[in-house]
Amino acid sequence: MRIVILSGSIVGTKTKTAMLKTEEIFLQKYPEHDVQLLDLADYQIEYSDGRNYIDYEGDTKYVTETIMKADALIIGTPIFQASIPATLKNIFDLLPIHAFRDKVASIVVTAGTAKHYLMAEQQLKPILSYMKAQIVPTYVFIEEQDFLRKEISNDDIIFRLDRLAEDTVTTFEAYEAIRIKKDEAYGF
Amino acid sequence: MKKYRIDSSKGIEFGLYSLGDHILNPLTGSRISAQQRIQELVEVSQLAEQAGIDVFGVGESHQKYFASQAHTVILGAIAQATEKIKITSSATVLSVLDPVRVYEDFSTIDLLSDGRAEIVAGRGSRVGAYQLLGVDLQDYEDIFEEKLELLKLINEEERITWQGNYRAPLQNAEILPQPKDGFLPIWRAVGGPPASAIKAGHMGIPMMLTTLGGPAMNFKHSVDAYRQAAENNGFDAQSLPIGTTSLFYVADSNNEALQGMYPHINSGFQAIRGAGYPKQQFAQTTDYRDALMVGSKELIIEKLLYQHELYGMQRFMAQIDFGGVPFDKLMKNIEMIGNDIIPAIKKHTREKGE
Repeated sequence: MRIVILSGSIVGTKTKTAMLKTEEIFLQKYPEHDVQLLDLADYQIEYSDGRNYIDYEGDTKYVTETIMKADALIIGTPIFQASIPATLKNIFDLLPIHAFRDKVASIVVTAGTAKHYLMAEQQLKPILSYMKAQIVPTYVFIEEQDFLRKEISNDDIIFRLDRLAEDTVTTFEAYEAIRIKKDEAYGF
Repeated sequence: MKKYRIDSSKGIEFGLYSLGDHILNPLTGSRISAQQRIQELVEVSQLAEQAGIDVFGVGESHQKYFASQAHTVILGAIAQATEKIKITSSATVLSVLDPVRVYEDFSTIDLLSDGRAEIVAGRGSRVGAYQLLGVDLQDYEDIFEEKLELLKLINEEERITWQGNYRAPLQNAEILPQPKDGFLPIWRAVGGPPASAIKAGHMGIPMMLTTLGGPAMNFKHSVDAYRQAAENNGFDAQSLPIGTTSLFYVADSNNEALQGMYPHINSGFQAIRGAGYPKQQFAQTTDYRDALMVGSKELIIEKLLYQHELYGMQRFMAQIDFGGVPFDKLMKNIEMIGNDIIPAIKKHTREKGE
């Protein structure tokens, strides 16, 4: 199983910190799986201009192709102006409309306060649904007060990230079993 | 219809076309050479002619996984290798070419083939041609409209005086050679949604509509919108031909067709679009109401007659070689098209009293 952990912002430290922790949990719990962290801050990504993702070059091609090859995607996002950052939306815009078919998507949100705690429900999940992802229903919402000097200091968050990792893998395995059973029934 | 060399009293025309894709055969994991691929296109056109197929088309794409960039050269070779089958592009990416040069090329093919050449002009759905030939994608819409209008003008007038934004002006220019009858059937390639169909109708130009899959009913909106736009702009919609296109695979049974086609369609889409073809969606093609032409000959006939009822099209174009379908399977498809499908659909779609 290929798991891609996406840190969806190119500024700040909270999302990066949360996704590094998520990576650590996955590596520890699932050493048999292929786990990769993609931090958008490490890449120069073009704005989507409507062409197919395979027709881009460089970092844009690399990041989109890595996401397309994944079985599960853990999306880490901060909240900017009551929504996801443009850098993350651009990733969705670069991909085909049904890019997440047969993929599981999980969500980790970081924020200064709880003010926009429904952002994932109201804005991120509809995009992921439209792109055909199997979404893990519960997500982890992490506030400023849960961090201390680039570490997660609230044990509740650690436990919840741990459960999110489990739910991601279990959800993928369940849907994979359904898909294989259905594919066999088609007979082609 | 006569103007477009279509005789409706003989029933719907059946054609084959290729994008000239050059993809590995997923069953063997290997890819034939570009030379073999191009030569096989010419050979398939001859087999198509022998089987009584009406039209053969070759398209251009200028990027990886394609071999027919110089589609007019291949069509020229086909003109020499065949005697009666109509020869068309499928499609010519007009936006990256000079309409004058396109007209010269196809008039020449028309003379070589004794009046069998046609143009299907499109914008292209891949960016390779734009990048390679240096055309700005920013102008995607405008450049195509302008160039198609010029191409249509060249087809209709003997002397051309014209000015536009994307090509040098023409002053009383004579475009030579002229095609055999002084006129070429020129179609506008249209994707599924109505917007582009409306533009075709507005221009009063024949429409070649892709119906790659999903409910056939969905494409009826485009057909109706096309005819309505033509009428609104003073054209007689009944005198403008419509063609439809789809991926195609016929076998002895529906299951055999699904099994034969799936690896090719899936790996072909993966290669050129970066996402495979979902099995669930593919399984629905065994319903006659789905536009994708995969199935037994009985199902294909049922689909074509159903679509003819919906759209009233004059031509259907089948893409039988997508995704590295090997030559022996192409031959089997052509044989079944010629022996069983064409006689049945022509019999039922003949227009009486014309």
